Amino acid sequence: MGKTQAMNFVNEVSQVPGGEGVNLCMQCGTCTASCPSAKIWEFTPSEIIAMVRADMRDEVLSSSSMWCCLSCYSCTVRCPRDVKPTNLFHSLESLAIKHGYKPQNTNTPAMYNSFVKSIKKNGRVSEFNMMMGYYLSTNPFAALGMMSVAWNLLSHGRMPLSARKIKGKNDLDKIIKKLEDIRGDQ
Amino acid sequence: MKSYTYYPGCSSEATAVGLDISARSVAEALGMELKELEDWNCCGSTPYGSLDELEAIVVAARNLALAEKTGLDLVTPCSACFVTLNKARVHMMEKPQLKAKVNEALAAANLEYKGTVKVRLLIEALMADITTQQIAAKVKNPLKGLKIAPYTGCQEVRPRFGFDHPENPVALDSIVEVLGAEVVPYPSKCKCCGGSAVIAEEGLTLELMYRLLDDATKNGAQCIVTPCPLCQMNLDAYQGKVNSKFNAKFNLPVLFVTQLIGVALGLKGDKLGLNKNIINPNKVLAKYL
Repeated sequence: MGKTQAMNFVNEVSQVPGGEGVNLCMQCGTCTASCPSAKIWEFTPSEIIAMVRADMRDEVLSSSSMWCCLSCYSCTVRCPRDVKPTNLFHSLESLAIKHGYKPQNTNTPAMYNSFVKSIKKNGRVSEFNMMMGYYLSTNPFAALGMMSVAWNLLSHGRMPLSARKIKGKNDLDKIIKKLEDIRGDQ
Repeated sequence: MKSYTYYPGCSSEATAVGLDISARSVAEALGMELKELEDWNCCGSTPYGSLDELEAIVVAARNLALAEKTGLDLVTPCSACFVTLNKARVHMMEKPQLKAKVNEALAAANLEYKGTVKVRLLIEALMADITTQQIAAKVKNPLKGLKIAPYTGCQEVRPRFGFDHPENPVALDSIVEVLGAEVVPYPSKCKCCGGSAVIAEEGLTLELMYRLLDDATKNGAQCIVTPCPLCQMNLDAYQGKVNSKFNAKFNLPVLFVTQLIGVALGLKGDKLGLNKNIINPNKVLAKYL
């Protein structure tokens, strides 16, 4: 949905699964106060919700803020208006991707991309492939800092190097392809 | 013997292989029949939904449709799979139009999701269907004198599909007590470990982990117990990194709750994947193995 169209941003967000609660926010700030990662958000959780309500589409979708959500759901259980902020932040992420925004100062989208690529390739996530893909798409040298953890996992049989493909991989492809054909604007 | 459809989740084939091994062994010992869901795919976890919420629901729904055919409750040992599959289920339950669209996509593979599957956590099924009394009756090695910091994690209780209090979970405590061990209270019990952000935001998550490890240690815990694959991986595999960053000397084993139950039931270490733990738990568990 482009800016030229009549729908304002808050309505656009409310139509993405997970974004339904955006209109309920009363700006009490409980989400921000409960958030274990708030200090690294460009705009705090309650700020980013206020910005959605203020129709600041570009500023919200280009921000790294929602990508800092850890999915701990502390805000969700404490929100007195049942906004379900965790789901809301994930719906903002998916809108940002859909509209081609590339948020700066966060590698989380690259990690998520690598994760989903791994699913699309084999039907299951190979944690090894996911990590390799992530470091190749961000900073391959950063992988050096991971050697100790990788060795910990490898040497304890917790990081198989080969990926297993599900038998129904073709079915999964067909399902995803069909959705592409029928999803319309969603 | 009650039967369930078992959904191991991707981490069970890699970083959380100890959870899968111990879950299967404990279930068998306690009379739960786990029938692995044929050809399951990844639930999508948080990343898929963050990139494309609708496609993520469709990918999760393939599992729900396959599971529905079995007519059994789906149980998973993984907190994240539990949340993701339930999220897809509830979205479809609450939005008939969305469900219709998902079914149209599923039809491309001759599948249909009617909406009847129950998605449960293995540990919840253990407590509700087997009951803690039954577990207590089968304890061979009471874990007397073992001080444990129970760490439930976020996914199991907070996204509203949980069976326990979201900010003061007690189910794990009751299991620890039933096994004869001692519950160590610690202030950060309900704080997040950082989850998968450990990859892209390592600095922040190491801080969160430091707080947990420090709290548990200062309050006298000899080990941490958790049901969650990601919490276990973070606190176990990254403990060395936490030590380096904060000049600390933590050496706290992090066990899956199913591993702990297995030890108390008298199952051998290899049936519980104890050799998969990075911080070696053998010293702490020596008396009970």
